Amino acid sequence: MTIIQQILFIIALATVSWLIAKRVKLIQRTIRLGKPENRTDHPQERLSIMLRVAFGQKKMMTNWTVGIMHFIIYVGFLIINIEVLEIILDGIFGTHRLFAPYLGAVYPFLINVFEVLAVGVLTVCVVFLCRRYLTRVGRFQPERHREMGRWPRLDATLILTLEILLMIAFLTWNASDSVLRERGVEHYAQASTGDFFVSQFLKPLFTNWDTTALIVYERFAWWFHILGILAFGLYVTYSKHLHIVLAFPNTYFSDLKPKGEMNNMPDITKEVQLALGVAQADPNEAPAEIGRFGAKDVFDLSWKSLMDAYSCTECGRCTAACPANITGKKLSPRKIMMDTRDRLEDIGRNMQAHNGTFEDDNKTLLNDYILVEEINACTTCQACVQECPVNINPLEIILQLRRYKVMEEAQAPAAWNAMFSNVENNMAPWKFSPGDRFNWADQVNQ
Amino acid sequence: MDATPEKTYKVPTMAELAANGEEPDVLFWVGCAGSFDDRYKKVTIAFVKILNHVGIKFAVLGTEEACTGDPARRAGNEFLFQMQAMGNIQVLNGYNVKKIVTACPHCFNTLKNEYPELGGNYEVIHHSQFLQGLINEGKVTLKGGGTFKGRKITFHDSCYLGRANKIYEAPREVLQTLDAELVEMKRCKTKGLCCGAGGAQYFKEPEPGRKDINVERTEEALATGADTIAVACPFCMTMMSDGIKNKEREDSVKVYDLAELLAQAQSL
Repeated sequence: MTIIQQILFIIALATVSWLIAKRVKLIQRTIRLGKPENRTDHPQERLSIMLRVAFGQKKMMTNWTVGIMHFIIYVGFLIINIEVLEIILDGIFGTHRLFAPYLGAVYPFLINVFEVLAVGVLTVCVVFLCRRYLTRVGRFQPERHREMGRWPRLDATLILTLEILLMIAFLTWNASDSVLRERGVEHYAQASTGDFFVSQFLKPLFTNWDTTALIVYERFAWWFHILGILAFGLYVTYSKHLHIVLAFPNTYFSDLKPKGEMNNMPDITKEVQLALGVAQADPNEAPAEIGRFGAKDVFDLSWKSLMDAYSCTECGRCTAACPANITGKKLSPRKIMMDTRDRLEDIGRNMQAHNGTFEDDNKTLLNDYILVEEINACTTCQACVQECPVNINPLEIILQLRRYKVMEEAQAPAAWNAMFSNVENNMAPWKFSPGDRFNWADQVNQ
Repeated sequence: MDATPEKTYKVPTMAELAANGEEPDVLFWVGCAGSFDDRYKKVTIAFVKILNHVGIKFAVLGTEEACTGDPARRAGNEFLFQMQAMGNIQVLNGYNVKKIVTACPHCFNTLKNEYPELGGNYEVIHHSQFLQGLINEGKVTLKGGGTFKGRKITFHDSCYLGRANKIYEAPREVLQTLDAELVEMKRCKTKGLCCGAGGAQYFKEPEPGRKDINVERTEEALATGADTIAVACPFCMTMMSDGIKNKEREDSVKVYDLAELLAQAQSL
């Protein structure tokens, strides 16, 4: 009987691991479609940002009630996973609470901690579902945010529900196990751990059950819990919940520049220097292949922008702070990130269907996913960049798309074209004569 | 030292100083709005009066100054930005400029953060920091709190000063010296709401929406009950002033730049 379970468990573990590895590889490949950009300088500063922002949840704490609730799920997730290691080893070797004999009195203490955290996680997940469906926090509502359609809402609901079920399975598993141990049932009695802090109160649910039914429930809860966790691991790679992993590298590779500084375009610097006669063209140098100016598709964006897209958990703090969105414009920084990820997922599927190479699908990030009206509404105020709890930069994508629109397609709004021509000819964004620039000084002594 | 009405204020240019073989301690970068916008010219003049008053050796570029290229860059026209930037850098480096002060956060951000990569390395400060320095050094002192004593002032954070460059305290410290009651808007400092002008929005009509951003922001400013909205950016100045007009409150609520408030309080 146990040997069959062991074999089934090993098959399940191996299958899910293989599927997760496949997904991870695909995600890596699509991120690498982006342009190279060095984000490995200043390792100490980067590590410190990662420790503060991802590990320490610093930016989540600006709203401390939600911050603490999120922290409970986060700590619960990190710490309860220690238990998962034991569960996996038990599954492989057909043992029961493998660590108990080695850890002695520490073992029940650990399980007690896990149980308290499990109750915390369960409670917060219920609160989070209520925030979505009862108190209806604005930034999650599809009536106000068109990007919050069927799938993003289902995704969030599935994750929260699964977490609640996993915690219930974990707690009732411990409770049924305690009852079996009390009855001296072989296999269960080998771990003499005593009752646990939370599940002792759930024991009355099971005391009237006969032993066979109890064993069936214990096995069901154990299997449900571990298969649920394995499924969660795979599901996360398709979900907004990927942030639980990517928050760490994504903050490590944060932009260290001041928020107001736009990335320079060295190709253009060269051209302008030649045009101004500041630099001479090197006759021995082959004419440089100048790539596309700005970005039309994900291939033109930095790999970091693409990692940003996979790291986004669609919390909408960016959009809730965006002045354009607040005043009813089409722009939503969250949508920019979701569109970029959607594009990457489409490209990933396309690559899988064509032996690993992307076959042109006549679509581009700009136009087919993100509209010009959206990018033109941005005031570059950096509120979205400021707000993101995992240091995603939607503004970078917006500005790269604008560069493409203006420099490759020469399609700026007419008023911007007028401004460009004023800057070029009059040295000011308005049509004033440059010779009048100093006239204000005449009024100083009036 | 009290300023006398007969005092003549001087605005030396870099060219004049260079002709005498001199260099100023600081270059005042006026910016396009400070040079051409009728409302913001008053700020330029107020700041020049303060510079004269404290006796700092400064100069301006006058007609040799050109747009930093910020609006072109934000709109996506990198070529035009770099053309402007390199032209300006040639002029600035030609005069051996070391230190720049400007009243425009957009010029400030571009000169400070974006010119170095193109060969322009200067110490760049915003006029709010400069004014704060003067106050801290005791070069500007206000006797009896001036005309603002007890009045409510709210400060509107400019995105390119605040979030872009983390300058939140300098403008507030300047306002504290006025002895006025500084009241904060609900969204302030890192959470400050944009006036709607940045990213070259100022130079085109807003995209379709429910409301104009400057109206949203003005409503928030009015909700504080302040009769003075202090700004530190020419574009915020226009947007907030337009917002006040939109709300038909121009008789009771005024928008001033930090330099104007300080100059007024000193009766310059």
